[in-house]
Amino acid sequence: MSGIITNKATKAQQYYFSILLICLVSAICFMCSAFVSYRVVALLLLLTVSFIAMTFNSYPVLIAALLSALIWDFFFVPPRFNFAIHDSVDLFMLLMYFIIVLVNTAMTRKIRKVERAAQQKEDREQTVELYNTILNSLSHELRTPISTIIGATDNLLTEFSKLSEQNRHELLTEISKASIRLDRQVENLLNMSRLESGFIKPKKDWCDINELAHDVVNRLKENLGNRTINVQITENLPLFKIDFGLIEQALSNLIYNAALYTQEHSIIKITAGVKDEKLLLTVEDNGKGFPEDEIDKVFEKFYRLKNTNAGGTGLGLSIVKGFVEAHNGTVQLVNIPEGGARFTIVIPAETTYINNLKHE
Amino acid sequence: MNSAEILIIDDEMQIRRLLEITLESNEFKVVEAATAKDGLIAAANHPPDMILLDIGLPDENGQIVLQKLREWYNKPIIILSVLSDEENIVKALDNGANDYLVKPFRTGELLARIRSAMRSSTTEEKYPVIDCNGFQIDLSARTVKKNNELIKLTATEYSLLALLVKNEGKVLTHQYLLREVWGPGYINQSQYLRVFIAQLRKKIESDPNVPEHILTESGIGYRFIVKD
Repeated sequence: MSGIITNKATKAQQYYFSILLICLVSAICFMCSAFVSYRVVALLLLLTVSFIAMTFNSYPVLIAALLSALIWDFFFVPPRFNFAIHDSVDLFMLLMYFIIVLVNTAMTRKIRKVERAAQQKEDREQTVELYNTILNSLSHELRTPISTIIGATDNLLTEFSKLSEQNRHELLTEISKASIRLDRQVENLLNMSRLESGFIKPKKDWCDINELAHDVVNRLKENLGNRTINVQITENLPLFKIDFGLIEQALSNLIYNAALYTQEHSIIKITAGVKDEKLLLTVEDNGKGFPEDEIDKVFEKFYRLKNTNAGGTGLGLSIVKGFVEAHNGTVQLVNIPEGGARFTIVIPAETTYINNLKHE
Repeated sequence: MNSAEILIIDDEMQIRRLLEITLESNEFKVVEAATAKDGLIAAANHPPDMILLDIGLPDENGQIVLQKLREWYNKPIIILSVLSDEENIVKALDNGANDYLVKPFRTGELLARIRSAMRSSTTEEKYPVIDCNGFQIDLSARTVKKNNELIKLTATEYSLLALLVKNEGKVLTHQYLLREVWGPGYINQSQYLRVFIAQLRKKIESDPNVPEHILTESGIGYRFIVKD
């Protein structure tokens, strides 16, 4: 807790706080000086400085040490209200006081250094682990279609005459499928790097959500097998001011994802609505839903569900999240009690009901 | 007509080779250039019937090449681009490109775009009547019919549809449509365009949700297609 405060406290705040704390403790001690020996006061001040040393940088600590020593000398050591010290034990105590504070400060610094190094090492290990996961999934996702293309073209180039007409056609179909898959993955990677570079600024314009949703569905149709796509959008939905391209891509990724993880003949339902000046878009399927313990992780970059055969780089959903967040919106995943999963996108946006007015 | 000649300006050898094979097997004559400089010279020496221009050329920005060509060249120019970046495409269309294709593109799409651009450039005087699948538009009589039934259109709906039909096959940007139909003051009022496109689709498409005639080019504009 104190660590968090330190990180946020500015240098100036650290000085103020140190001085304030010393003055406060001194004042309390001063009021109790009738019952508390001035040597106990020295220990109390030392405790306060040690506490400051634990949380703050060296300079505020030194200031606190100096200030507290002066206060102790002036207000508490007899003769009081005077910097003079007559007792040699008191002089020795003042000296010891300084040495302890210095040692304290030095030790805390050292401990912090060690902690930082440990933290860095841990971060590095995590990065390496993430990097390995990325490499594994990427090399699989990119190499599979590339292998298909190389293998098939080798066959066609060297064994052309030996191949039956049907086999040639099959090889060519595989090449075509593999290149489209490769194109999709490259598109995802490019989108991801656009997001990573912080390059994405939504170009907002009035959008007809009905048009957007159907456009996505019409484009994706051939990739969805014989799954049924059910678009349910109310007639009187207003126009929303959003980036057509980004939201189209987000919706496309959600629908493609639903198709990837559900059986053939599944039903994918898309709805759109408006609530409190916000666009609500949902995509739900009647598949198996997501394992509850993984729901929080699915939007993480490169995260892929455990025990799944379906392909994917684990980028699709994180791109959805990125594009939606670029609109200051949110995306959520829940399992539906009746079975299946529901993704909900909520985007705050300007709306206009001009489409419901009488024109001309 | 003799086989039309197409000039390809693209620095990627593989793309040029692919285009050459595709176009030659569809009875086009092909001329190639790998740089902006060679492309401009080739176009000037022997003006082709159409130019396929890559936007990402090594020696000069394709947008500038496009502007230079448009100073004197009136025939169709189709832009090839690897950037699915709408801004660049809209800019190229504003600079006078007839159409665009984003790499990787499908061969069928390429040929369709080439044919439609050729068609619109050869028929200078626009054919006044379009008739397909029971859908008729007569631009001289200003009537639109579906299955021989007259469709009632408002004046704005009609001007929008007529503009799209006159440029059949070509993508028209949002700004262009707004300027031509509503006027220069409406360039940023895209809400009107959305509403009228939706209304037109309801009136002329068999299924407004799966439009066959008025196609959406996301982030760019609309394209009117006549399916044969």
